[in-house]
Amino acid sequence: MGASSELSNDKLKWMYTQMSRIREFEERVKRTFVEHPGVIRGHAHLGDGAEASIVGSLATRHENDLVMPSYRCHGYPLVLGTSAKAVMAEIYQRKTGVCKGFGGSMHLADPAHHLPTASGIIGQGIAHAAGAAYAAQVKKTGQVVYSFFGDGSSKQGAFYETLNMAAVWKLPVVFVLENNEYQAYTHIKLEDANAIAGDPLSQKAEAFSIPGVTVDGTDPLKVYDAVNEAAERARSGKGPSLVESKFYRFSPHGNAITVPPVPTQFQEHEAIEVYGNKAEFAAAQANDPIKKFRAHLIGTGVLTEADAKKIDDSVRAEMDEVVKFALESPLPAPEDALNYVYA
Amino acid sequence: MAREMMFAEAIAVAITEEMQRDPSVVFYGQNMAMTDRDPFVRKFGKDRVRITPISETAEMGIAIGAAMNGLRPVVELYMAEFMLVAFDEVINEAPRLRYMSGGQVKVPCVFKAGFGFAAGWAGQHSNCTYHAMMGIPGLKVAVPSTSADAMGLMRAAIRDDNPVVYLHHYMLTIDKGPVPEGDHIVPFGVADIKREGTDVTIVATAWMVKKSLAAAEQLAKEGISAEVVDPRTLAPLDVDTIVESVKKTGRLVLVDQAPRHASAAAVIAGEVAEHGFEYLKAPMKMVTGLNTSVPYSEPMESYVLPSEEKIVSAVKSVLARHAAAV
Ligand SMILES: Cc1ncc(C[n+]2csc(CCOP(=O)(O)OP(=O)(O)O)c2C)c(N)n1
Ligand SMILES: [Mg+2]
Repeated sequence: MGASSELSNDKLKWMYTQMSRIREFEERVKRTFVEHPGVIRGHAHLGDGAEASIVGSLATRHENDLVMPSYRCHGYPLVLGTSAKAVMAEIYQRKTGVCKGFGGSMHLADPAHHLPTASGIIGQGIAHAAGAAYAAQVKKTGQVVYSFFGDGSSKQGAFYETLNMAAVWKLPVVFVLENNEYQAYTHIKLEDANAIAGDPLSQKAEAFSIPGVTVDGTDPLKVYDAVNEAAERARSGKGPSLVESKFYRFSPHGNAITVPPVPTQFQEHEAIEVYGNKAEFAAAQANDPIKKFRAHLIGTGVLTEADAKKIDDSVRAEMDEVVKFALESPLPAPEDALNYVYA
Repeated sequence: MAREMMFAEAIAVAITEEMQRDPSVVFYGQNMAMTDRDPFVRKFGKDRVRITPISETAEMGIAIGAAMNGLRPVVELYMAEFMLVAFDEVINEAPRLRYMSGGQVKVPCVFKAGFGFAAGWAGQHSNCTYHAMMGIPGLKVAVPSTSADAMGLMRAAIRDDNPVVYLHHYMLTIDKGPVPEGDHIVPFGVADIKREGTDVTIVATAWMVKKSLAAAEQLAKEGISAEVVDPRTLAPLDVDTIVESVKKTGRLVLVDQAPRHASAAAVIAGEVAEHGFEYLKAPMKMVTGLNTSVPYSEPMESYVLPSEEKIVSAVKSVLARHAAAV
């Protein structure tokens, strides 16, 4: 039995609530493109499908542990305690946003809630996470740093350079490779040597002689167990591990890339749009992490159907408020742009 | 005979026709050639058209090696910033190898990327990086502003025996324009006068050409005749055409989307200061991005970038300074 068997009912309820919040938040982001065109600019990437992986991982954190996600970063701050209003307001370009409208969807940052930054350039955040872990090591803060990045990102030089150095320096960092089978429009079987050979991506860890495990990323408890072990290992000074968390993203890579004033929306998932593979998409949807965890909690008596419904309703009500707040918030003043260039 | 073509289509047609003409041209990059239905894969097969992982160092380094062994690779990089993770390949490998080998090797390859996507892509996906490449001997840099130039410069880039960074501005992607029939080539190092005028010269590239032409139109209504010069390639740079124009108009406004000290405008200003100073009737003026990263939110993004209004007022100010001087 893994450490997840010790989780209290309150913690399990918290996990379900956080997963639901991420899903509902992302639904609202997606709907914004239809209901309020132009309010979100550029490129937004959603975490629907990743909820169990995100929450299962973050549930293992100790109070001051840091989190460095990729540009697909909406879910993490919601779990870490950042106001969902401030996250949505950022995505809506508002002055009340968590980055005051400077960063947008790809660059959420809330150091006060243990999320220093998110990089939009593939792989680079992996090194930043190891750097934060180096600081934790030198300053003996006891922190573990959680680095999240995609399957596609594991083909970037920064991944290999960083994992080697983190292993050599025994840095307190957990590398969570989020394998959602796609990098943008490309299926993993077209670009990853391990995947093509039928091997797990966690095998990459062997190159650095560090532990590498593959876990069902649609089950938050299995994710919890794997990440917890990696985090405890890191905390005890034994260095980094690689956890491959396998799940499926339910939305396409991002909203369609258009040149203004052509409007943009989310289209069909690449499985269908590019590869015509409806079966793959349907199978993934039938394996929805939130539905599964909800059924599990009801089945094990942690929640009644009525409890679960109450959580679902409260999450919807929260997100109604979140959208309202973000829509009503003011835009930054043009000349605000001159701030923050230098410290 | 000219046909209408979207900017992006003109580039794709140029690559297709060059691949038909020359079997040593190969084309690869991320998120392309994913299925057998891909038009390039259908025409040229999977040896010559390939998908790559997110591995820019390998993508460009492999192009360099392939170029030295008989291929002419075109690498699709999408956003110019993605080259930055592998900038060694772009500025310290590709352009150096021929020179360091005493002229023995050639590195004919094209690094193709979009840039300047000022549409809410924020700090890491909206930039102009050409200034860092235009001063590297051995490297050529193309920055088309029209469909015709996009096609003609891509053809020239692929046929060139040197490494070329081919930068297409994202905001121009779906703009339509006439493209000449046949083997239309735009030679490198030849600027184009996009609009003739007599009162002031505006030098601009890519999206800034479009903005400058709009500004010139507005100025024309007020009786001011602006000439718009587009260098089309930043390396080599056609200083002569720019200086000739300044000789005619006596005044110069340089428009560049990049922040001032990271702009091509600053380099061009230096050339005009040396070679055209005696023709200037007033100090030149630069309209550039402000000294910030590009912010996400629209009001701030617009504020830091050059606009039609900023160009118009810069033109008026160089004209006013002349008036004050006489
Ligand atoms: C260096 C670099 N190259 C290319 C890109 C463009 N890009 C943005 S997201 C993405 C796909 C990333 O896939 P993955 O790492 O699997 O993460 P996911 O989107 O699936 O979460 C790509 C190629 C980039 N941002 N940076
Ligand atoms: Mg992925």
